[in-house]
Amino acid sequence: MDTLVAQLQRQFRDYTISLYHQGFLDDQFTELKKLQDECSPDFVAEVVSLFFEDCEKLIGNMARALDQTGNVDFSLVGSSVHQLKGSSSSVGAKRVKGLCVTFKECCDSQSFEGCVRCLQQVDIEYKSLKAKLQDLFNLEQQIVQAGGRIPQVDI
Amino acid sequence: MEVCNCIEPQWPADELLMKYQYISDFFIAVAYFSIPLELIYFVKKSAVFPYRWVLVQFGAFIVLCGATHLINLWTFTTHSRTVALVMTTAKVLTAVVSCATALMLVHIIPDLLSVKTRELFLKNKAAELDREMGLIRTQEETGRHVRMLTHEIRSTLDRHTILKTTLVELGRTLALEECALWMPTRTGLELQLSYTLRQQHPVEYTVPIQLPVINQVFGTSRAVKISPNSPVARLRPVSGKYLLGEVVAVRVPLLHLSNFQINDWPELSTKRYALMVLMLPSDSARQWHVHELELVEVVADQVAVALSHAAILEESMRARDLLMEQNVALDIARREAETAIRARNDFLAVMNHEMRTPMHAIIALSSLLQETELTPEQRLMVETVLKSSSLLATLMNDVLDLSRLEDGSLQLELGTFNLHTLFREVLNLIKPIAVVKKLPITLNLAPDLPEFVVGDEKRLMQIILNIVGNAVKFSKQGSISVTALVTKSDNRAPPDFFVVPTGSHFYLRVKVKDLGAGINPQDIPKLFTKFAQTQSLATRSSGGSGLGLAISKRFVNLMEGNIWIESEGVGKGCTAIFDVKLAISNESKQSGIPKVPANPQHVNFAGLKVLVMDENGVSRMVTKGLLVHLGCEVTTVSSNEECLRVVSHEHRVVFMDVCTPGVENYQIALRIHEKFTKRHQRPLLVALTGNTDKSTKEKCMSFGLDGVLLKPVSLDNMRNVLSDLLEHRVLYEAM
Repeated sequence: MDTLVAQLQRQFRDYTISLYHQGFLDDQFTELKKLQDECSPDFVAEVVSLFFEDCEKLIGNMARALDQTGNVDFSLVGSSVHQLKGSSSSVGAKRVKGLCVTFKECCDSQSFEGCVRCLQQVDIEYKSLKAKLQDLFNLEQQIVQAGGRIPQVDI
Repeated sequence: MEVCNCIEPQWPADELLMKYQYISDFFIAVAYFSIPLELIYFVKKSAVFPYRWVLVQFGAFIVLCGATHLINLWTFTTHSRTVALVMTTAKVLTAVVSCATALMLVHIIPDLLSVKTRELFLKNKAAELDREMGLIRTQEETGRHVRMLTHEIRSTLDRHTILKTTLVELGRTLALEECALWMPTRTGLELQLSYTLRQQHPVEYTVPIQLPVINQVFGTSRAVKISPNSPVARLRPVSGKYLLGEVVAVRVPLLHLSNFQINDWPELSTKRYALMVLMLPSDSARQWHVHELELVEVVADQVAVALSHAAILEESMRARDLLMEQNVALDIARREAETAIRARNDFLAVMNHEMRTPMHAIIALSSLLQETELTPEQRLMVETVLKSSSLLATLMNDVLDLSRLEDGSLQLELGTFNLHTLFREVLNLIKPIAVVKKLPITLNLAPDLPEFVVGDEKRLMQIILNIVGNAVKFSKQGSISVTALVTKSDNRAPPDFFVVPTGSHFYLRVKVKDLGAGINPQDIPKLFTKFAQTQSLATRSSGGSGLGLAISKRFVNLMEGNIWIESEGVGKGCTAIFDVKLAISNESKQSGIPKVPANPQHVNFAGLKVLVMDENGVSRMVTKGLLVHLGCEVTTVSSNEECLRVVSHEHRVVFMDVCTPGVENYQIALRIHEKFTKRHQRPLLVALTGNTDKSTKEKCMSFGLDGVLLKPVSLDNMRNVLSDLLEHRVLYEAM
């Protein structure tokens, strides 16, 4: 019979692997994990939360810009998308980054409908990623509380 | 007279004649009665006889004839009327039947005759078929023999075996007495008896090739019957009483490799034939049959083909052997050449060292001697010694170096050295000669000329020496100035060359100006060719091998630089300018300290101060995390202005994000360059960017960045990059 810790660890591993396979995360996230050590034990969590704050802010900016019907400042939207792309690639949010690429094209071609659609998608995507990462962190917490060690997941 | 019904014979009965008639009649009757019996008997015996009815008729006719003759027997004597009646009846019947038979025979006899004819015809046909069968059989046998012969002949590729086998098999098949082959000699003028079947021919037995009989045989591809007395057929000692068997000769074409052109099949106008002579056994009265002749012809053709195959094989084997020999010879030659080259290199190396040392001593001491108190004669002598030995030294150097340069085996020997000292040394070397010629030399070193550089000290010295030496050599009066500076822009370089400063390398420009003889602008291109010298009077006297500039040019090219000469014309002096690429050494030690190859894994970046500039908070944080993990002390800024404010000489590296569209990012690099004029105080500038195309790279280079990195950076990558950067001070490979 598995101990609780082993069970949790297995859950954690499976969940992490599934996140990679579903394309939510990529290698950059692995790199981030490498940077987490005793000196900065919460590095990943900090970066990730910063990222989500950034997402919120940028999405808000873009929504406001797109709301100015008839007078949409596409360059502003474009620069926000650029920022978002940079952030997402730094964090390893693969899907968000992919969406940003499409979004950028819409901005360049100044397609209002396209931008709106992309914005909605990005919104959905980052929220779902946030939820999933939240779950992952919760699992980590549970493992630590149960006295176990967070396993190293090799993709 | 009593009337009796007797019939009297017509004439008186002569006793003898009557007796004979009587007997004949009797025999006729008998015969006539027996013939039908025989007929019936034999017809019954034979199965086939289509004319039974005729037979019956015939039988009846004969019987009646017999009866008539029989009855006639009684008429020789007096006979009664009954007999006469019977006789008459018989005769009448006979007449009727014979007429009928005669009429019938008219129809039948032609038929019978035709049957005979057909029979004859069929017999003839049968005989003909038999003959033809015989012919076919012989032909088939011939074919079989040919196949077998061919098989035997073609089963070997050895020429002698082929010929021998041919003769043997032919002899066997045709039951020949003797079989011989005459091959043309090398000269082609004679036929030599090469092979015989039965007897050993001891000596070279030749006949001239122009015999009429031979021409006749060679003229046709068929087998030709020749006389047994012709010279080609007289192979064995002939004892007179034997009748020589018939002899047949056939030509065998000898095909050569060269006959097989691609476009045309071998024409038999090739001219070389061998002669095959076949002799039937003497005294056998055998004759050459047509099929035997055909056999011989076919065999001759096959032999020709087999021989040509054998010849081709021989050719190719010979060629292969030849090639192998050549290979071996080439191998030996190559090895000898290698040995020679090695010997020469060894010689050069030894001479290089051995010759230069004494030379150097002679020159140095002679020039020292010059400085002492000397009588005018002594001074003259010393000057001559100095001049000669300088010349010799130069010549030696030139030759030794040029031979190495020619090989392409010359490689620059990089080391750290003091550039300022180098110039001073060169001047010291040249000073004796210059002083003698009363040419003042001045040296100007630019203030920003780095002191310690990395390059090939010896060769650089050689170049400078050569140029300055030339200046001294070709000037009779005036002064010589040597200027050394760091070149930034290419305002005076020839148009096909431009200087791109990269990283910590720089281009050293040396200008040697003299006010001497000058050079005709048209001659300038020739200057750099080996052994060529402009033949003006002024230069004729100064000797020299003409190698100097050529060697210097080679060295300059090796150092990725350029050399050229400017002159306004004869008598107006000239300026020699060259650029060479040197690296700045970050160690201010003398050359000779070996560099420790840093193992990137263990380089400690502890406390390395770096500055990270990124507008994007997330990537700023990530980059900071990376560097902190590696042990650096990281300061982060989020804008260009802040960066400029914060950056100090303590920061070794500045990572700047140039992703944001716009050129402003690069301007900061320029500003930083401006802020830190002293090269070694400036921090290294690395751009972080999302795209890696050539234009980005070029842009970075042009704005003076030391390296470009592709975002996002992995931990290993960053580690390698940092260590490379700090070691080499330049990084353009991390893409």
